[in-house]
Amino acid sequence: MATALTRKDFVSDQEVRWCPGCGDYAILAAVQKAMPEFGIPRENIVFISGIGCSSRFPYYMDTYGFHTIHGRAPAIATGLKVTRPDLDVWVVTGDGDGLSIGGNHLIHVLRRNVDLRILLFNNKIYGLTKGQYSPTSEIGKVTKSTPLGSIDYPFNPIKVALGAHAAFVARSIDVEQKHLGEMLKRSHDHRGAAFLEILQNCNIFNDGAFNDLSDKTIKADHQLVLEHGKPLVFGKNRDKGIRMNGMRPEVVAIGNGLSVDDLVVHDEKNLSLAFMLANFEPPMPTPIGVFYAEERPTYDALINKQLADAKAKQGPGDLRKLLNRGDVWDVN
Amino acid sequence: MAVPPESAAKAAAPQASGEPALRKEHTRRDHVVIRFAGDSGDGMQLAGMQFTTESALAGNDIATLPDFPAEIRAPAGTLAGVSGFQLNFSSSEIFTSGDEPEVMVAMNPAALKANLGDLAPNAVIIVDKEAFTESNLKRAGYESNPLTDGSLEKFQVFQVEVSRLTTLALHGMGLNNRAAFRCRNLFVLGMVSWLYQRPIESTIAWLEGRFKKNPELFEANSRALKAGFNFGETTEMFASSYEIAPAKIQPGRYRNITGNSATALGFLAAAVKSGRPLFLGSYPITPASDVLHELSTFKNFPVYTFQAEDEIAGVSSAVGAAFGGAIAITTTSGPGMNLKAEAVGLAVKTELPLIITDIQRAGPSTGMPTKPEQADLLMAMYGRHGESPLPIIAAATPSDCFDCAYEAVRIALKYMTPVVLLTDGQLANSSEPWVLPDPDKLPEIKVELRTDPKGFMPYIRDEETLSRPWAVPGTPGLEHRIGGLSSENLTGNISYSPANNELMVRTRSRKIAGVTREIPATQVFGDQGGGDLAILAWGSTYGSVREAVKQARDHGQSVSHVHLRYLNPLPADLGDTLRRFKKVMVVEMNLGQLIKMIRADYLIDAFGFNKVQGRPFKVSEIVNRINCALEG
Repeated sequence: MATALTRKDFVSDQEVRWCPGCGDYAILAAVQKAMPEFGIPRENIVFISGIGCSSRFPYYMDTYGFHTIHGRAPAIATGLKVTRPDLDVWVVTGDGDGLSIGGNHLIHVLRRNVDLRILLFNNKIYGLTKGQYSPTSEIGKVTKSTPLGSIDYPFNPIKVALGAHAAFVARSIDVEQKHLGEMLKRSHDHRGAAFLEILQNCNIFNDGAFNDLSDKTIKADHQLVLEHGKPLVFGKNRDKGIRMNGMRPEVVAIGNGLSVDDLVVHDEKNLSLAFMLANFEPPMPTPIGVFYAEERPTYDALINKQLADAKAKQGPGDLRKLLNRGDVWDVN
Repeated sequence: MAVPPESAAKAAAPQASGEPALRKEHTRRDHVVIRFAGDSGDGMQLAGMQFTTESALAGNDIATLPDFPAEIRAPAGTLAGVSGFQLNFSSSEIFTSGDEPEVMVAMNPAALKANLGDLAPNAVIIVDKEAFTESNLKRAGYESNPLTDGSLEKFQVFQVEVSRLTTLALHGMGLNNRAAFRCRNLFVLGMVSWLYQRPIESTIAWLEGRFKKNPELFEANSRALKAGFNFGETTEMFASSYEIAPAKIQPGRYRNITGNSATALGFLAAAVKSGRPLFLGSYPITPASDVLHELSTFKNFPVYTFQAEDEIAGVSSAVGAAFGGAIAITTTSGPGMNLKAEAVGLAVKTELPLIITDIQRAGPSTGMPTKPEQADLLMAMYGRHGESPLPIIAAATPSDCFDCAYEAVRIALKYMTPVVLLTDGQLANSSEPWVLPDPDKLPEIKVELRTDPKGFMPYIRDEETLSRPWAVPGTPGLEHRIGGLSSENLTGNISYSPANNELMVRTRSRKIAGVTREIPATQVFGDQGGGDLAILAWGSTYGSVREAVKQARDHGQSVSHVHLRYLNPLPADLGDTLRRFKKVMVVEMNLGQLIKMIRADYLIDAFGFNKVQGRPFKVSEIVNRINCALEG
């Protein structure tokens, strides 16, 4: 039954109401396209979101969905996943929802390693409230609420996730459909909290925020595609790479005696390397792909194991026995 | 509460617990109110609780009131660090832990000073004489030693060398002074147990379990306990011991229970009865944490307990669990209620079953975390944005917490709605004997998860209750979306239609109003047909009000008591019931919250009697107020 599903099976009957040209359309399309490949029956899939443009997402997926309150989706998803480990639970959030009002829930769900797929759409702006700066907006950003420029130092979502010891951390871009599809699959296949930052263009309030990474004519010089076991090469002509100069990474040109053998080889299991790559911000190339992937017991599996162990040790719960526990006395 | 006169009958000791030559007299008493007081590290709560168990096993009716500071270990010997445990045990039915202790154990000068003002005239005070050192007196703010300066003349003071006698009892065990000092509470417990002829076997059995892995400490504590008991028997200090006969109480199997334990068990029983797993999402907060502690020991039932990162995640995780088909609970106290409001509103809007337990404490803000108050009622009623009604249930006594927790779950499931359960810090920690319910006889809790896709829509409703189906993820053919945005009737799709919004708001409101069909006819204690004065109350004031009304009625006054369990919706017959009385007085530990609801709903000119001291009403306070009300 599951194998027979197609992209269309995941399209709900609701009219999609994002602004024309919004990057969210591309993400929705990629998710709907990826879903059938996972082979999970629709009834076992749940999308949970908070508040913001991205959080309308569940209404457009023909699965179970819960559009909740601002920032709390990770906590709501935790309660669901813990009690229903049979479900495939996805959290859809944004840079405001996930990193500002819901920052606390995000870091805790990551450190606990609840088996959820968390898609954080990062457009570096508040779209739904019509254009205030967000916790990922760059310093100096002029918006409606920062006419003289933002003075907030921004979060780097990948560093937040790694700092919270997320077991799976990746980044992709709305318009990179193939790469995004691969990252969705990697997120899906990971057991534990899978954090996927998706750089997403808000063409109304922050158009072109990721132009360097999405403009076909220049993106190859700004994207660093991470592939496990492969050297860090980038550039239109694949002629640039990342080399270690002592403890510092640097961009080098390949040739003139330098070969790919001199470059850093990506290793998803290396947390120190992941932190280093997370620090890459312009003028360094922006890494996309899997920064870090670690297999570690999931919170939901552990809590259910405790329940199963308790049952094996104490037997199934017996209310009568429990009520009669301790000092009881009879009055005749 | 007036102290009943001592029985004139002095009986010979019925038990041969000592040598015949040393046998002392027994004085019969109807009831005794005793308070154990010491430093928070002195083990007074433990001594009090064990004495409670001993008294319960002896067949008395009991009511307890622990009173401890929020500071875990305030500086030793200071007033801030005094911890107390009050117990009323009686040969007849009692409703409160007593207005004024007639016996107090004070382990140091601070404990004496902090509690002296509460004592009954001519009360018995037992002190650890050795703790009245110059430095301890100074820490407690005494300029002279009250044991010698005559200031305690109106009390019967017994000065016992507790520390020395405890150390002597442990002689030869090789314990250091500190370890020996920590057994003082058991010596005192033994002494008081003798004084009231309580068997100490249950405490010895308890010590055995507690110190299973440390036989030396078991030996030390039980030696101290027995030494205290024997000291009472042999010393010439106490001329007589007291006997409090077993109370005539309803037959059945009993255990002693605190409100928080009863709350945990009520939720558990409801989950077992419903056949669904229990999920508790909670963040530690005084005085609610014990419910989390207790439920976390029931994992095999199954019970999921999730200690969340904050109050918001506590309730949010419960909302998620409810979406997935679990019996979802969150527990908290006032400050946490503030934080949970938005998520509760989501559960109201998406019509998911959820229990929000507010174990109220004195506010505002951090307030007095360990002290009770009833000032969260209007927050429970109205503390969410938009039209956001939900049922509210309040427990009256520690054991009533079981029934109310159970009922809250039953209503949440039947009406697909969040329900607020209100208890308070007094109910949470105080205890009383509880007749164990027969699990087979608990009210039915029927859960029908929707499985049939035919005709399914998220917001189709049951004709009688107006509740929507519980359609949980994992059910084929029922895939649907819910959310906080205003939604179209039946389909649940996002809708901004003005008429649709009003329809949905009014439908939810009607649904909650319909919960009145679950509420039994209002019981009036006193004059069912009406009278001079009705006292309307809710929550933990039950005991004080009931006792006061009993006393007033014994004096021939036309006073009745109506106690509310259901605060929203209010009972359908409440307005008519109250109108049968010339006067209606609303007694609350707040500045008047239920009274606003009563006046608004029924246009009854009720007046309030209010107290916000973080302490329960004394019976005498209510009796005095009744007298004023009937005169005025």
